[in-house]
Amino acid sequence: MMDIWWLMPLVAGVLLALIGGPLGSFVIWRRMAFFGDTLAHGALLGITFGVLTDINLTLALIIGSVVLALLLLPLERSSRLSSDTLLGIVSHSTLAIGLVTLSLAQGIRVDLMGYLFGDLLAVGRADVIWIVAAAVLVGALLIWQWRGLLAVTVSQELAEIEGHPVQRLNLLLILMLALIVALAMKVVGILLVSALLIIPPAAARSLSRSPEQMVVLASIAGITSVLAGLWASFRWDTPAGPSIVVAATALFALSLVAKGVSARD
Amino acid sequence: MTATAPSALIEAHHLNLQRAHKTVLSDISLSISAGQIITLIGPNGCGKSTLIKVMLGLQEPDSGQVIRRNRLRIGYMPQRLSLDQRMPLTVTGFLRLARHASHADIQRWLQRLGIETLAPLSVHDLSGGEWQRVLLVRALLMKPQLLVLDEPVQGVDVQGQMELYQLIPQLRDELGCGVLMVSHDLHLVMAATDEVICLNGHVCCSGHPDNVSVDPAYLQLFGGRAQPAIAPYTHHHDHSHCQHDHHPQQEDDA
Repeated sequence: MMDIWWLMPLVAGVLLALIGGPLGSFVIWRRMAFFGDTLAHGALLGITFGVLTDINLTLALIIGSVVLALLLLPLERSSRLSSDTLLGIVSHSTLAIGLVTLSLAQGIRVDLMGYLFGDLLAVGRADVIWIVAAAVLVGALLIWQWRGLLAVTVSQELAEIEGHPVQRLNLLLILMLALIVALAMKVVGILLVSALLIIPPAAARSLSRSPEQMVVLASIAGITSVLAGLWASFRWDTPAGPSIVVAATALFALSLVAKGVSARD
Repeated sequence: MTATAPSALIEAHHLNLQRAHKTVLSDISLSISAGQIITLIGPNGCGKSTLIKVMLGLQEPDSGQVIRRNRLRIGYMPQRLSLDQRMPLTVTGFLRLARHASHADIQRWLQRLGIETLAPLSVHDLSGGEWQRVLLVRALLMKPQLLVLDEPVQGVDVQGQMELYQLIPQLRDELGCGVLMVSHDLHLVMAATDEVICLNGHVCCSGHPDNVSVDPAYLQLFGGRAQPAIAPYTHHHDHSHCQHDHHPQQEDDA
């Protein structure tokens, strides 16, 4: 097999953007943007935990984000109220505790910048295997439970009366989100994870007429951003993660222009 | 009241609920049978919607119990369901979310309610009356044995109200279901109502609206149809614990 050095980052980025389309759409519909952000920040605690116990860092990352998601699950239910302060406290304190603990752990060197801003070009074969497995799992779950997840998102009350397993669907969504946030950190970093989740669906929103259409367009926008960001990164030697987010933002701006033009016709 | 009527779809026994030192529900019992239409009325904040939520199992009472017939299929039309603009959604897309709803069923009910032209429209572009009908279709897609309607004519124009009030007894006959309905109006209820329950924390009074005085003022207001779909409900008591006014006609005359 040809060992093309850019193949791994490309596969990882494209797969995450593909699965980020539907997940990011749910984040927008359910107003969970800050929640996703908090998961990403909290995942740094997972890294600290992984470094200290010497287990696989990707696994530690996933455990950290999943545990935090489960702790925050009761919060999400009332997130339409003012839980933003509480999320803000959890989000920034976990980030700070993670940073402080890492600096205290002697003799261990962790590429902190890599986790904060992502290091897509350092993504290796093992990472890609994790991402492929997660993308297949989350993709299958999304297709299998699509109608239920959508029903719960539109109206918990109606979904509950109609017999959808509301609590289980909420849990499923949170766990899928935690898994993908943990893996996406590798690509765009802690600080930009929620940008990758939110911006492509936001760009897709104004151009779509159904949730399914929005999800597909969001995936396409996400993949386009990854390709454009990586190309820019090679071309001008810019950091890959931020370049991807810049590309996504450009697409979002384009979608607003397109919407404005079509509205005028 | 403890004997379970064999035909009852759902029964509430001595429901009590307190919220922040305020009694919301106090010793409320009621039962609904197939084919029966019950209308709940009462002033704002009297516990109508809370009672509905407890009956539906969305909220737990402090004491008392709700007994549903085994595998009771409930169609619920909420008082208000505001959809987030962030999700693009067509009427058909919204209706497909009903569990086990087939495309054929959706088409059939849209036609039955005369709103098949709404199918491809965005749910964000509907008028209040159109949205109420879409919500009713969603409830009907459950093939309900019990239809629960929380203020179904809210935000609907007078013509639309008349049509909905004529439609509900027809649907009851077609489906053979029981209907539990909350009315937004203290004094006007659907003529086909079998029992009116007036709620003010406790059950103030209840009875058959058979004393339908065909008030010319109401008939004029609602189009003067030969068979009025609405009926004034006159309260035959003056318990001092009911704080709302039970005698509007007298006031109107004054």
